Amino acid sequence: MNKDILVCGVGGQGTVLASKLIASSAMDNGEVVHSAETIGMAQRGGSVTSHIRIGNEVYSPLIPKGHADMIIAFEPAEAVRNLSYLKKGGIVIVNKQPVKPVTESLQDTGYDGVEMIEYLQKKCECIVVDAKAICEPLGSSKFFNVAILGVAVGSGKLGISKEWMVKQIETRVNAKFVEKNMQAFEAGIALKGDF
Amino acid sequence: MKKEYVMGNGAIALGAMVAGVSVVAGYPGTPSSEIIETIAKYNNGDIHLEWSINEKAAMEVAATAAYTGARTMVTMKQVGLNVASDPLMSLAYVGVKGGMVVVSADDPGPISSQTEQDTRLFGSFCKIPVFDPSTPEEAFQMIQDAFDYSEKYKTPVLFRPTTRVCHGYASIEVADSFETKKHDDFEKDSSKWVIFPRLSFANHAMIEKRNPQIGADFSNYKYNSVRGNGKKAVFAGGISYAYAMEYLKDKDDVKVCKIGTPFPFPEDFALKALEGVEEVLCFEELHPFIEEELLKLAGKHHLNIKIRGKHTGDVALSGENSSESAREVIGSFLGLPDSCEQIDLSDLPKLPVRPPVLCAGCPHRASFYAVKEAMKGKKAIFCGDIGCYTLGNAMPLDMVDTCLCMGAGITMAQGFNWTHDDCTSFAFVGDSTFFASGMTGVANALYNEADMILCVLDNSTTAMTGHQPHPGTGRNMMGDVVDKISIQSVLEGMGVKKIETVDPLEFEKAVSVVKECAEMKGVKVIIFKSPCIAIVKSDKKMTISDKCINCKKCIREIGCPALITVDGQVTIDSSLCTGCGLCSHICPVNAIGGECNE
Repeated sequence: MNKDILVCGVGGQGTVLASKLIASSAMDNGEVVHSAETIGMAQRGGSVTSHIRIGNEVYSPLIPKGHADMIIAFEPAEAVRNLSYLKKGGIVIVNKQPVKPVTESLQDTGYDGVEMIEYLQKKCECIVVDAKAICEPLGSSKFFNVAILGVAVGSGKLGISKEWMVKQIETRVNAKFVEKNMQAFEAGIALKGDF
Repeated sequence: MKKEYVMGNGAIALGAMVAGVSVVAGYPGTPSSEIIETIAKYNNGDIHLEWSINEKAAMEVAATAAYTGARTMVTMKQVGLNVASDPLMSLAYVGVKGGMVVVSADDPGPISSQTEQDTRLFGSFCKIPVFDPSTPEEAFQMIQDAFDYSEKYKTPVLFRPTTRVCHGYASIEVADSFETKKHDDFEKDSSKWVIFPRLSFANHAMIEKRNPQIGADFSNYKYNSVRGNGKKAVFAGGISYAYAMEYLKDKDDVKVCKIGTPFPFPEDFALKALEGVEEVLCFEELHPFIEEELLKLAGKHHLNIKIRGKHTGDVALSGENSSESAREVIGSFLGLPDSCEQIDLSDLPKLPVRPPVLCAGCPHRASFYAVKEAMKGKKAIFCGDIGCYTLGNAMPLDMVDTCLCMGAGITMAQGFNWTHDDCTSFAFVGDSTFFASGMTGVANALYNEADMILCVLDNSTTAMTGHQPHPGTGRNMMGDVVDKISIQSVLEGMGVKKIETVDPLEFEKAVSVVKECAEMKGVKVIIFKSPCIAIVKSDKKMTISDKCINCKKCIREIGCPALITVDGQVTIDSSLCTGCGLCSHICPVNAIGGECNE
């Protein structure tokens, strides 16, 4: 399998866990995986990306622009910010809830994510997820990253099966939160075809 | 054996452990910090592991341990090598017995550093070998070789990964246990270990004779390699080789030469690789190091080869390389059409900017705001330093007027003191930076009779680089609980007469302490003590009552990420608020309340 997957969001949204689950699912099934994360100063309230590269013929730790098969975005503007990485014919899975930057409170530009979603829909195949709504029955929006991962797996385009991912959630997520994460994941999967 | 999916820094750590390293010292700095943290995770106690107080201390600890024949490693970021350069320059002359690897991580971009300096140049400056890995997997193997070469030539060696290698993840086969290499007792021999001009002269001559031999040795080293054929060649090193290969993986009609050991340059290898080549492109980050080595080689051997790179304007002189710049630069060198199809993004909407900010509830915000409030309407200059609190420069706080390097704020505040009679000089320093290089600055201020206020922002950790312990925390990297060094006692011992400790979240008190100090002459220190909010998780929240007149003063004054507007109305984002209560002191109508930490 050769696949490039970019996971992006804002610091604190759980991109690192999501990318670890994808990477380890692929690895447990014998794939060669490389990944790279933005960490350090950029992490504090800033844009966060994780590049996952599956396959043998990989050299650059970052996905070359125009090569990503899929972008999983936890925030609309972050999806657009990273859209140059998506290949023609690639797919974006994006959460519709915006995260306003601090600068937005100081100087209101009215950013609400709507324009971003419209732009994405115009430019590529795009699954817009209302992660808040999916997570509402769970009583916490904390697990929305795994719900979106569920949507990505359910789309059939991630190249990772439900069974592989379930195994990772069971073994890699903090035991206290496995049950909630599984529910969020199942809720994401259940959206299959319902976009 | 087991497979571990680790960060490049983890691969470096595990490689050093396979090589039998027994003493490891360093100072935190992005992108190098996880090397020592990985060793801590796997250490069974056989390896002496420490966060030293700074890079110079780390270098010296590791040096004498290597004098005994032990294998030692020092880790730091590139600017840390400046701090450690004094011992390293001399150590290069004295040499070592056991393998000693100095890991200095470069940060092209720069992504989280003050400079875009190139550790390879430090290698040629100190005249010691440099290893330059291009992937995490290679770093794992290469650091083991680095220990062997260090021991073979009895010299410390530099190992310089860059951010993208340090922070890239890959799978490494790791042994289930590690053994440290045995070493002897230190053999006293002052003609060998005591640096005097006579020794330096003799060893300088030895080093100049030795380095070409190392260069020849490196010519047969596996990580100096050639693939492909043709009249054109691309020379690359480190991560730039990975970018070049990403573009050239399917092309055999161009030579791709990897330089894994840029110094001493493997001349024989390069000469052989250049046979039949008419034109070369050097693709590297930071200094045109390989390019200049090839220019020297071409001059020395009268080679009729055109050498292109940074000096010819083909490759950018600053910033990072990438797969995209490789495609562009190498594509144009080979005369190939740009083949990459991309989605047309020429009409990209304006994206919200997300500059890094102090966390919601960060006590530094309260400290800065207390000083700002106390000095309102008065002339003051604020010298910042290196750490999370450099972010105090951001609007609306705007409380960092200068920032240069570790510990500099304290001495820089003194410089303004001698040029401004009518102005209060402030320095802000974190607790870890205070121990790293702040104490000498305080001694300088006392001795030279400066008037200044030092604000120690003591959050009991090294926050910016990922919460490493330091001498003030009472924990070390061997897992031991040790006596905390009290910053207050250090200052008292030096003779600071006015020292106040205050919790910045007790806002009114903090402001009055600053006002009181500003009225006094001499060196005054305020220790703002409150733990890092990323460590002490708080469940407390502030709330806004219907008394709020929506004046937005809270947002305008402190810029806390938890203070947002929803449909034009000031709101507290309860997912971010930690209940620090700073905003409640700002509200003109007392509309903000709730369970605060006070």
